[in-house]
Amino acid sequence: MNDALDVAWRLLIIFVVFLTFPLIVGQTEHKVMAHMQGRLGPMYAGGFHGWAQLVADGVKFAQKEDVVPAGADRRIFQLAPAVALLPYLLVLLAIPIGPSKGAVGEVIDAGVFFVLAVMGVGVLGSLMAGWASANKFSLLGGLRTAAQLLAYELPMLLTAASVAMAAGTVSIPGILDAFRWWWLPWQIVGAIVFFVAGLAELQRPPFDMPVADSEIIFGAYTEYTGLRFALFLLAEYAGIVVLCGLTTVLFLGGWHGPWGADGLGWVWTLLKTAVLAFIVIWLRVTYPRLREDQLQKLSWTLLVPLSLAQIALTGIVKVVIQ
Amino acid sequence: MPEPTVVESTAVNATVVAADYFQSYSVVGLLAVVGVLFVAVAFGAGRLLRPVVPTPEKLLTYECGVDPVGEGWAHTQVRYYVYAFLYVIFAVDSIFLFPWATVFAAPGYGATTLVEMFIFLGFLAVGLLYAYKKGVLAWT
Repeated sequence: MNDALDVAWRLLIIFVVFLTFPLIVGQTEHKVMAHMQGRLGPMYAGGFHGWAQLVADGVKFAQKEDVVPAGADRRIFQLAPAVALLPYLLVLLAIPIGPSKGAVGEVIDAGVFFVLAVMGVGVLGSLMAGWASANKFSLLGGLRTAAQLLAYELPMLLTAASVAMAAGTVSIPGILDAFRWWWLPWQIVGAIVFFVAGLAELQRPPFDMPVADSEIIFGAYTEYTGLRFALFLLAEYAGIVVLCGLTTVLFLGGWHGPWGADGLGWVWTLLKTAVLAFIVIWLRVTYPRLREDQLQKLSWTLLVPLSLAQIALTGIVKVVIQ
Repeated sequence: MPEPTVVESTAVNATVVAADYFQSYSVVGLLAVVGVLFVAVAFGAGRLLRPVVPTPEKLLTYECGVDPVGEGWAHTQVRYYVYAFLYVIFAVDSIFLFPWATVFAAPGYGATTLVEMFIFLGFLAVGLLYAYKKGVLAWT
């Protein structure tokens, strides 16, 4: 009975995190973008600096008519947002925020592997949307999404493997237990490659060619309205939370801080995740969109060789210090 | 090797038997059920909240306001298929890095596995170089 309660409690916490953190990132993006561009951003909803803007957006989305184009593949079209969203919920389960056993949803032994595999499913949602819409913009967006996934999944896999090599385990808490501060300079190239590749998988600017609004309307999401569109947006921001959390636990030492991991470990994890989320927003405001071929080129001619080099470096250092 | 874990230092999995091993995935399954319920409830509630007033114009495929030409499942030049080939070659190989990563520095392996690693990386690098020389990584 206690076990069942414990599991229910964990699932509840994960679910609440899944529903709130993406909104916090979204609201932060509204405000940070606004201030970086010399605007105020939302100021009215909720009173204090427009804190309830996204709640208001949610209410608006829920009341909008749900239009499925007559030419679309109805079932697939309707299911796509769920397929895009749910993998990120599952990934949250495997990310530990503190050193104790209570500070992770569930210790999954093949954690890194699980996380990468499940995250890969999310893009299927965009593909389903792109194909089922029976819309030329959507189809183009879907194809670009597929190409982008193919290009950037690889450096992500390779750099994650580099961390697994350094730690000698694929369990995420295991990796964090093995973490030492000098892993930061040792794995820094891998960290940057992983983060950039993750950004590209989320189709965030500057890697937002698949949803380039000035060119192909909104890519795979062109035909979506109301709640289903909102779920796609939620998936994007949940993706940011997951990517930043993963980069934190794999490369930045998660709960390890300058003054040891006792007691306040979870604060370090959240702080690092928040800083990374800020960087994601910052990049969006700063960089122009990469053209489709530049996007492919960046991955194949820069990120993949860099991640191969990182693996070589990790292997040599690990064997030498062993 | 059937042992899923090689870390002795983690207190988390001291001894692992198959039943315990898959128990963690049953929680994953539960969370998936929670997720599916969430989506079902959201869609169900949305159905109650939103208006339904379809018109033929509204259900037209969006094409910047003009009537759609041809159909959406159209022929298009797929420039990306070469990348798909490249990906298949690389990704299938990369998967094998993970089990290898957990044991390659174990006592008695060191130098041998390191040489193996460089052979592996060499293959990948040559493949990439070949693709680059063939010009498939550039469009113009």
